[in-house]
Amino acid sequence: MAVVETLGRPAQSRPETPAAQRRWWVAARTKLTPYMFIAPNMALFSVFVFFPLLYAFYVSLREWSLIDTPRYVGLENYERLFSDPQFWQSLRNTLVYSFATVPTSLAIGLVLALALNRDLIARTFLRSLYFLPVVISSVATAVIAAWLFNDNYGVVNMLLRRVGLEPVAWLSSPRWALFSLVIATLWVRVGFCMVVYLAALQSISPTYYDAAEVDGATRFQQFRHITWPLLRPATFLLLILSVIYSFQVFDLIYVMTGGGPGFSTTMVVQYIYQAAFVSSEMGYASAMGVVLFLLILGFTLLQWSVNRRVEDVA
Amino acid sequence: MAQVRSERPWRRRAEDAAIWLLLAAGAAIMFFPVYWMFATAVRPKDEVFSGSAGMIPSSFVWSNFGEAINKMPFVNWTVNSLVIAVIAVVITVTLNLLCGYAFAKFRFAGRNVLFLGVLSALMIPIQVIIVPLFLVISELGLLSNYWGVILPRAAEAFGIFMVRQFMVSIPDDLLEAARIDGASELSIFFKVVVPLSKPIIAVLVIFTFMWRWNDFALPLVVLMNQDMYTVQLGLNILRGQYNTEWTMIMAIALLSLAPMLVIFTFFQRYFVQGIASTGLK
Repeated sequence: MAVVETLGRPAQSRPETPAAQRRWWVAARTKLTPYMFIAPNMALFSVFVFFPLLYAFYVSLREWSLIDTPRYVGLENYERLFSDPQFWQSLRNTLVYSFATVPTSLAIGLVLALALNRDLIARTFLRSLYFLPVVISSVATAVIAAWLFNDNYGVVNMLLRRVGLEPVAWLSSPRWALFSLVIATLWVRVGFCMVVYLAALQSISPTYYDAAEVDGATRFQQFRHITWPLLRPATFLLLILSVIYSFQVFDLIYVMTGGGPGFSTTMVVQYIYQAAFVSSEMGYASAMGVVLFLLILGFTLLQWSVNRRVEDVA
Repeated sequence: MAQVRSERPWRRRAEDAAIWLLLAAGAAIMFFPVYWMFATAVRPKDEVFSGSAGMIPSSFVWSNFGEAINKMPFVNWTVNSLVIAVIAVVITVTLNLLCGYAFAKFRFAGRNVLFLGVLSALMIPIQVIIVPLFLVISELGLLSNYWGVILPRAAEAFGIFMVRQFMVSIPDDLLEAARIDGASELSIFFKVVVPLSKPIIAVLVIFTFMWRWNDFALPLVVLMNQDMYTVQLGLNILRGQYNTEWTMIMAIALLSLAPMLVIFTFFQRYFVQGIASTGLK
């Protein structure tokens, strides 16, 4: 109260009594403090996130191999990008991969969460087993998956042979290579979705279900009208995170298939990496980075507005 | 009505049993890759290429591990990874706490705009800006330098988020009381706020360690000197160069997981809690 009063009278900026002086000092200090607390973080964000983002636009308008001086070429990099079949293929791969992994991981995660939310024997242990792959690095995941799906000696083909089926060229045929990647991705993602859904399920008050039970609602109706709507924030969060993850997947694919066979599993981020660090075309790589950024931004805003609209209706 | 009631527990139990069996089968599938990695790592080498190896190795060749470690600079990689992860944890967790505290407990001009900045940092994947980021790191003279992989990730938007969510519930009166007592802002932070934040600190330490231990893209472009390679980079070149020595690759891969497996076993609760608090409310 006293603090507010003192600040409210600018004419009296130097209070007379020592007590009031001290209060004035406390207030001034409190005003400055938050900026000091966030300064180191903001400095790092500025240097390593925001500046690079702006810099990407700058570099994308230039031709630059790192050794020579950058040469302004206008929108040439973007024009090239639109007529580059490999870029389109990598974009298509990214979209196919995202559409294959995002809904599936959310659906399986939800089913697992619903099941593991029941009072079952050893459910904590079961939960940990499903969650375990989340902590495993993408590189290790890729190495394990490459071994499991190895065309000749992999255990998947070994099991197929044992039950009398033909072995599949998991990693050396374009179609199955992408499929193997999707499986490896689901292995990691499902546990993450499960945990987020579990947390959301546990925050739903049981009184809703009691009331529905009294009204004679079936189990499906309860899910449809209570559980699913109340899970919407979790679904929304998972959708946004999963799409961003899928658009930026790099480690797993780089190590597991290297983008091959051919160009069949090369995603946009890997094409960016190749353009920049293999063919030294910084401008072209940056142009792709800019396009990818706009795509992610677009998807996020789209999901945001759809979520808003749904929320308004509900 | 009475009939329904007597019937229900039985039906429910049968249902639980069926669900349990399905879940257990699923869990077995989820765990199988990790088991198979172990089974491959300890097998006699020739058994790997028989194409019909049993589910359980015919004999356990523990010396495979020692051999892999001796043949590869695994110890070196591990030390590099540990140095990076530990320094990153100290810096990142400190900065996250400071920043999250400011967003949770202070009202100041530009707060919303700055928080929006944090939000958008969350949405910009490192791969999108990898080229300009590489140029910045190179301009700062941090190529082939541990700081080149630590500093760019030191500000972690997720961490700021989690801290903010957590600290909002610290009572303002407590901070006000300390202020009236004449405590400096820093000592309020370290003596009042930090001790109250132990749970979130534990979560941050675990997560940051995991993220930095598992990093790949940034170290790949920044650490050009093979002596500085991390475990993940080492695993990648192993996979590229020794595609046929699966026993060795699996042994190293398993060892690369060891820290995460240990942390996971002990802090499983915190992992779940941490993920649950990353923005669900």
